[in-house]
Amino acid sequence: MWLTQPFNERSTQLFIGVLLAAMTLVTLLHVVVPAGHPLHVNAYTVNLFGKYLSYALLAVAVDLVWGYLGILSLGHGAFFAIGGYAMGMYLMRQIGDRGTYGDPVLPDFMVFLSWESLPWYWLGFDMAWFGFLMVLLAPGALALVFGFLAFRSRVTGVYLSIITQALTFALMLAFYRNEMGFGGSDGLTDFRDILGFNLRSNETRLGLFLASGVALGASYLLCRAIVGSKLGRVCVATRDAEARTRFLGYRVERFQLFVFVVSAMLAGLAGALYVPQVGIINPSEFSPLFSIEIVLWVALGGRATLYGAVIGAILVNYAKTVFTGVMPDAWLFALGGMFVLVTVFLPKGVAGLLAYRFKRRRDESDAAPGQEVTP
Amino acid sequence: MSLIQSLAQRDRVFDFMVPAESPVDVRHGPILYMEDVTVTFDGFKAINDLNLTVDDGELRCIIGPNGAGKTTMMDIITGKTRPDQGKVWFGARHNLLTMNEPEIATLGIGRKFQKPTVFEALSVFENLELAMTADKRVLPTLIARLDGPAREWIDEVLEMTGLAELRRRPAGILSHGQKQWLEIGMLLMQRPRLLLVDEPVAGMTEQEMERTAELLTGLAGKQSVVVVEHDMGFVRSIARKVTVLHQGSVLAEGSMDQVQSDPRVIEVYLGESEEAA
Repeated sequence: MWLTQPFNERSTQLFIGVLLAAMTLVTLLHVVVPAGHPLHVNAYTVNLFGKYLSYALLAVAVDLVWGYLGILSLGHGAFFAIGGYAMGMYLMRQIGDRGTYGDPVLPDFMVFLSWESLPWYWLGFDMAWFGFLMVLLAPGALALVFGFLAFRSRVTGVYLSIITQALTFALMLAFYRNEMGFGGSDGLTDFRDILGFNLRSNETRLGLFLASGVALGASYLLCRAIVGSKLGRVCVATRDAEARTRFLGYRVERFQLFVFVVSAMLAGLAGALYVPQVGIINPSEFSPLFSIEIVLWVALGGRATLYGAVIGAILVNYAKTVFTGVMPDAWLFALGGMFVLVTVFLPKGVAGLLAYRFKRRRDESDAAPGQEVTP
Repeated sequence: MSLIQSLAQRDRVFDFMVPAESPVDVRHGPILYMEDVTVTFDGFKAINDLNLTVDDGELRCIIGPNGAGKTTMMDIITGKTRPDQGKVWFGARHNLLTMNEPEIATLGIGRKFQKPTVFEALSVFENLELAMTADKRVLPTLIARLDGPAREWIDEVLEMTGLAELRRRPAGILSHGQKQWLEIGMLLMQRPRLLLVDEPVAGMTEQEMERTAELLTGLAGKQSVVVVEHDMGFVRSIARKVTVLHQGSVLAEGSMDQVQSDPRVIEVYLGESEEAA
C-alpha cells in the first residue's frame, strides 16, 4: 500500500517520533506539573505552540508544491484563509443568540448591516460536519479552478508565482468588502465554542493543540506517501524537465493539478486549526506579504524535505514571538537578516545542515554499505 | 456457434468503439510513411515535398547538412510540428497528423533528443521506471507498484545500456555518454515500434561511439530505428540504408557507398564535410 510506505522511512519515523514526544511532553508539563513550577507550561504557551503547529502544516503544504513540483506559489495564504473562513463561519453559527444583538441565526455583523436573512453560502454552516467538509472542499475547489486554468495554459515559473500573488490580493480586496458577507475588515470573531467545548477553556486549548499536532503528523505522512510514490517521482521529473516528462506520455498538467489541490486542502486544514486558536479570521490573512512569508519559512527550513518546512515554520515563528516581544521594530530586519544568512551559508536550509551532519556521522560510524532502499 | 460468439462481442459492434491503441499495422511493410510533406516557417520552406518510407525493423540513417530539415522532420513525426500539407502514417492504420504528442508517444514512437535530458535528481533506475509503458493517469500512478516482470524488464534494459552498476546513483552524476545511453534506455522501456535518435554520438569518445553503435545495431530488427547523425564514420559503421536530406527534401537514398558516389550528394554534403574533416 502506498499510504503505509512512509512508515519504512527513517526520516519519517524520526519525525513522527519527535512530534509525538513533543506533544506528550507539552501535555504532561501543562497538566501534571503544577502552575508556578518553573517547568509548567501555561495555557497561553500551549495555545502558542498550537498556532506554530498549524503554521507548520501550512509550510508542509507549500513545500509539497514548491519543493517537489517546482511551483512557487506566492498565494497559499489564500487557501489558508479560506479554510480559516470556513471554520470561522461554523464557529459564528455556534454563537447562536449569545451575540451582542441576540439574533438566533444572524451573526452580529449581519444584524449591524440590517440584513434580513442569511446569504445562501452561509447555509449549512450550523452543522459541524458541513463546516469541516468545507474547510477542505472550499480551498480545494478554488485550487481546482485556478490550477485547471493555469496549468492547462502551461503557465509556469515566475508567471505562475505572480498570478498566485494576484489571486490572494484580489481575494483580500473582495473579503474587505462588507457586501461579501464575511464581516468585512473586522472578519469573523467573538467565537464561543467548538463542538460544544468552550473555546476559552484551557482544556479546549490543549485539545486544539493536540488536534493540530495530529493533523500535522497525518498530513506529513500523506505528503511523504505522495512524494515517495511513483507520482512523486513524476512530480520531481516535472519540476526538473517538464517537456521531457510530457514527452514520456504523462499529462503533466493533471499531475500538477492533483498535487496543487491536495496542497490547497492541507493549507485550508491549517487555516481551520489556526482560527479557533487565535479567535479571529480577517482579510489580512489574504495579504500577499503573508504568503511570501510562508515561502521564507520553507526556504529557511530547507526545500523539498517536508520536515525542513516544519522546522522553518516553527523556528521563524518562535523567533517572531521573541522578537516582537523584545523589540517589535527590529523583527523585519531580523527576518531579512536570517534569510540572507541562511541563503549564503545554508543554501539547503536548516534541513540541509541536519542531513549533512547525519550523513557524516553515518559515514564515520559504519563503513558498511547503507541499507538497500527499494524504489 | 461462431455467429453467436461474434454477436456476443458487444464491444466490436461499432468500429469507432475499438480503442485507438490497437496495434500498428505493418502488414504492408512500411512502419513510417511520409508523402509530399511541406512545412513553412515564415515563408521559409523547412520541409519541401518530402517523401520517406521506413520499413518495419529497419535501421535507417538520415544525414544532411545543417538546415536540411532533419530535426523538423522528427518534430513532424512526433507531433510537435504540424505540416502545412502532406500525409504522415504510422503503419497502415494510424494517421499521425490527427494525433497529439502524448498519443503518438503512447502509440510507440520514441524520440531521443540531441541534448540528453534525463531527470538528474532521480536515480538511473527511477528514470527507467518513469519511462516504462504503464497506465500514466494520475491516480493509477499514485498507487503504482513495480511487479516482477516490470523489474526484470528494467534490469534487462540496464544490462543492455551498460548502466547496471549505476542503477542507484542519481542520473545527474552520469557522464555525457552514459546520459545518452540512459536516454536510449528510457526509450526502450516504452518498447517502441519506432525509435527516433537525434545525433546519438555528438560529443562522445571513440569507445563510447563503439558502444553506441553496438547498442543501436542490436536494436534493429526488433525495433525500427531512425538515426540522424553528422558523424560520417559512425553512420558508415551502423548504416544499411542512408537517406540524404537537402533543403527539406530527399536528395538521395541507398547504401552508404551508393550515396557517397552520387555527385549531387558529394556537392552538397560529403564534399564539404570531407574538406572540413
